[in-house]
Amino acid sequence: MVNELVDFTLVSIALLGIGIYGLAVKRNFIRMLFAIEIIINAANLNLVAFGRFIPESGGQTLALFSIAIAAAEVAVGLSLIIVAYRMYQNVDVADFRSLRG
Amino acid sequence: MADPVFVVLAVVTVGSAIAALELRSLVYGSIALMGTLGGIAGFFLLLDATFVALFQLAVYVGSIAVLILFTVMLVKRELIFKKIEDKRRKFAGVALMLVTMVALGAIFIDSGIKDITTDEPPVDFREIGSDFVTYYWPALILMGLILAGSVTGALVLARREDIEENGQRTS
Repeated sequence: MVNELVDFTLVSIALLGIGIYGLAVKRNFIRMLFAIEIIINAANLNLVAFGRFIPESGGQTLALFSIAIAAAEVAVGLSLIIVAYRMYQNVDVADFRSLRG
Repeated sequence: MADPVFVVLAVVTVGSAIAALELRSLVYGSIALMGTLGGIAGFFLLLDATFVALFQLAVYVGSIAVLILFTVMLVKRELIFKKIEDKRRKFAGVALMLVTMVALGAIFIDSGIKDITTDEPPVDFREIGSDFVTYYWPALILMGLILAGSVTGALVLARREDIEENGQRTS
């Protein structure tokens, strides 16, 4: 391997930081979903990188499961966006006040 | 050290992740998100995980990014170009991002992870396939059920009941 494990880990940490920034700052529901996607991809990159360097097939298997579950999560999240947009005509999460319990 | 392909991929991935969150238009933002997901697939190829890379391309770049793009198109045009964010929280968010990156980066670099290298051959994808149907088969079935359930739930959520009550067709 030309690349070292620490390089992949640092890229993953950078993506995690960007995702946390997006979740903290943005109030647009769709942008927050983008941030969640970026964080999930950072986690997948870590799984596959560590699985390559151990080496062990479990990392790739877990990454495959993670990708499939993330697809389900995005489908539900997007349908929630559509429902909330239909009710409030907006995608600002600060407007979704009546969703509080 | 890292080779040029890795550096280019890292720049593309991280840069388009920032662009996905910061571009004014949501349409361009979702296209930039596609760049991030494709860059991650490139990293998987560098890690000799061809199967996971193709899975990532098919699921993320092929379906999720297109799904997001269509959802963005359902939203009003003013909202696509409007930047909704807390100005006060912007500096706090940037500070949180830098603290996360520096702290985690320092911990990881200091943890002796730098010494880990491998000369062993990569994992064969046949092994992953046989793992799926032998050791992980209950998880595989559960995952199929979760996927079916969540897609059905998404359909039920997004259905318009107000049209149906008037006796009109929904589809």
